[in-house]
Amino acid sequence: MKKILTSLALVGLVAVGTAAFAAEEAHNAAAPTHFPINEPKELSWSFAGPFGTYDRAQLQRGLKVYKEVCSACHSMNLVAFRSLADLGYSEAQIKAFAAEYTIHDGPNDAGDMFDRPGKPSDHFPAPFPNEEAAAAANGGAAPPDMSLLAKARGVERGFPRFIFDIFTQYAQGGPDYIHSLLTGYDEKPPEGMVIPEGTHFNPFFMSGVSLKMPKPISDGQVTYDDGSPQTVDQYARDVSAFLMWAAEPHLEDRKKTGFRVMVFLLLFGALVYMTKRKVWADVAH
Amino acid sequence: MSAGHSTYTPKTGIGRWFDARMPLPRLVYDSFIAYPVPRNLNYMWTFGGILSIMLVSQILTGVVLAMHYTSDTGLAFGSVEKIMRDVNSGWLLRYMHSNGASFFFVAVYLHIFRGLYYGSYKAPRELLWILGCIIYLLMMATGFMGYVLPWGQMSFWGATVITGFFSAIPLVGDWIQQLLLGGFAVDNPTLNRFFALHYLLPFMIAGVVVLHVWALHVVGQSNPTGIEVKSKTDTVAFTPYATIKDAFGMIVFLFFFAYFVFYLPNFLGHPDNYIVANPLKTPAHIVPEWYFLPFYAILRAITFNIGPINSKLGGVLCMFGAIAMLFLVPWLDTSKVRSAVYRPWYRLFFWLFVADAILLGWLGSQPAEGSYVFMAQMATLFYFAFFLIVMPVLGLIETPRRLPNSITEAVLEKNKGGGGHPAGATAAPETKG
Repeated sequence: MKKILTSLALVGLVAVGTAAFAAEEAHNAAAPTHFPINEPKELSWSFAGPFGTYDRAQLQRGLKVYKEVCSACHSMNLVAFRSLADLGYSEAQIKAFAAEYTIHDGPNDAGDMFDRPGKPSDHFPAPFPNEEAAAAANGGAAPPDMSLLAKARGVERGFPRFIFDIFTQYAQGGPDYIHSLLTGYDEKPPEGMVIPEGTHFNPFFMSGVSLKMPKPISDGQVTYDDGSPQTVDQYARDVSAFLMWAAEPHLEDRKKTGFRVMVFLLLFGALVYMTKRKVWADVAH
Repeated sequence: MSAGHSTYTPKTGIGRWFDARMPLPRLVYDSFIAYPVPRNLNYMWTFGGILSIMLVSQILTGVVLAMHYTSDTGLAFGSVEKIMRDVNSGWLLRYMHSNGASFFFVAVYLHIFRGLYYGSYKAPRELLWILGCIIYLLMMATGFMGYVLPWGQMSFWGATVITGFFSAIPLVGDWIQQLLLGGFAVDNPTLNRFFALHYLLPFMIAGVVVLHVWALHVVGQSNPTGIEVKSKTDTVAFTPYATIKDAFGMIVFLFFFAYFVFYLPNFLGHPDNYIVANPLKTPAHIVPEWYFLPFYAILRAITFNIGPINSKLGGVLCMFGAIAMLFLVPWLDTSKVRSAVYRPWYRLFFWLFVADAILLGWLGSQPAEGSYVFMAQMATLFYFAFFLIVMPVLGLIETPRRLPNSITEAVLEKNKGGGGHPAGATAAPETKG
């Protein structure tokens, strides 16, 4: 066994050594080769960890930010109004909320398409009729659908961090990234960096030095009625949390069920282990 | 199924009636109750049972998922999201299924490494080993096709890259690729045939598992000492001894599985697969599922032409060769001694091989550029050297430690020095693997 351990340790050393060797690469601030330039900041989210839950008030604020700002360009095709009940809204509130939207429906009995107010069973209507229209209106890059954005973005954590993530249950790469991106527009590009025409520098953007989306939100743009600070940082936190909910609406249910399952497996495992000891007690093995 | 005489005696009239016509109860009794297993099996021998429940779990969750899934390129992504959002406990089924695939591979890799460590493939278990390799191949095909079904970016581009390998084969390559795709590129026909095959292959796996278990019950289980069972004192009855130990192993394994399903369900996946497939937009790095990464690293390590073989074909040959090595193991290992417990040099090289496989896996997840390429080439070289040089040569030149005369002797010898604790918790490291 000692030999096994020594050989394992040796192999580990070699692996770490080569990894460090691979990571050693020339860095040039004006022409970076790896993105994002800055790693996303890790925030503490209410929904992190084994007992995480969504902060209802935060989700409601995030919905407000989405509705008043993001939804001008970003669709959220997979989310139905009815699911807003998760945010703590009553049925009547959801009906009223949905009715604020106009849904293109049809054909009716006469074969005509028509507009009608939204119903709870409708999904959020998209701001553009199709992806081509979205791209044409936004300088050639269609704004991504936001339904799954919080799970569809994640900066690679790299070795050895991805191992630690297993133990810390880090699964907030998406919201961390979105928050960092939204708050990263005020950073100045390093001297000598070439920013392509029609794009905007953001050191947190994961696929280049800049992106087509301009700074989307400024301090004071959305009015909060619960006294929360009306800053870009707070907006970014709230909308990131909201997008996490939109991407993973059953997160609370999942973690709650998970705890029960883990407790059951622990107790059942302990009982089976004791039984196993008893069964094998008189057999040397 | 088991060799030797059956000890089953039906106690009731119905039992005797049944036994005379179709002795199914006898088969079950002989295979899972009276079946003798070596008394010194450690927890590495519980992975067979663990793999069985994972297969059952995958089939059960998969059948229900298939009831809600639509294999059409325009609808597939949305139908999976419908499962995640609106189907009762759909999120649980889908996360169990996607993480279940990963844990199926975790278990199968531990099972294979156990076989390599204890020499479980040596005569008379060559066929048992090869059947296992066939199951592993079928699992890889099933896993790959399953990953395509959600029709995300990695589904699409992974399918494009992997089916592209086949076009490297001379003469028939393009034809094979088009047959797989049902066209010239990954599209609706591809998705439909992958769905059909993804539903079919698990039942083929189940079929080969039956053969695997049959072969096992003919030759009997190997054990940590690698010495064949010689007398009745070397064995215990499957039930209750192995049953309860397997049950405990399964629960521990399920604990880790549940941890990922409930707390880190997307840890083993790629964020890009939550973006709907777009044939016009190539992701920055196309990475297969983690369980294919070592082979992916080997594929990309071949960056040079060897005579008439260009680098692409060379990579494909090396990748398939890496899997083919497993099939040849029973004949590559020349050692007379089975278990690494008595082979100090083989043990060292075994652990180096484990580290090499992990290193290859990590390299497979990195872009194929700079120093990574050289590291992957060295790791590939060691991978093949382990099978083609170390295994045959070491068996001829290594002096193994003295073998005990029997399993019973090994057990008693160990317990003499063990301080009177016969249970597994304090077993000597040799039997813990």
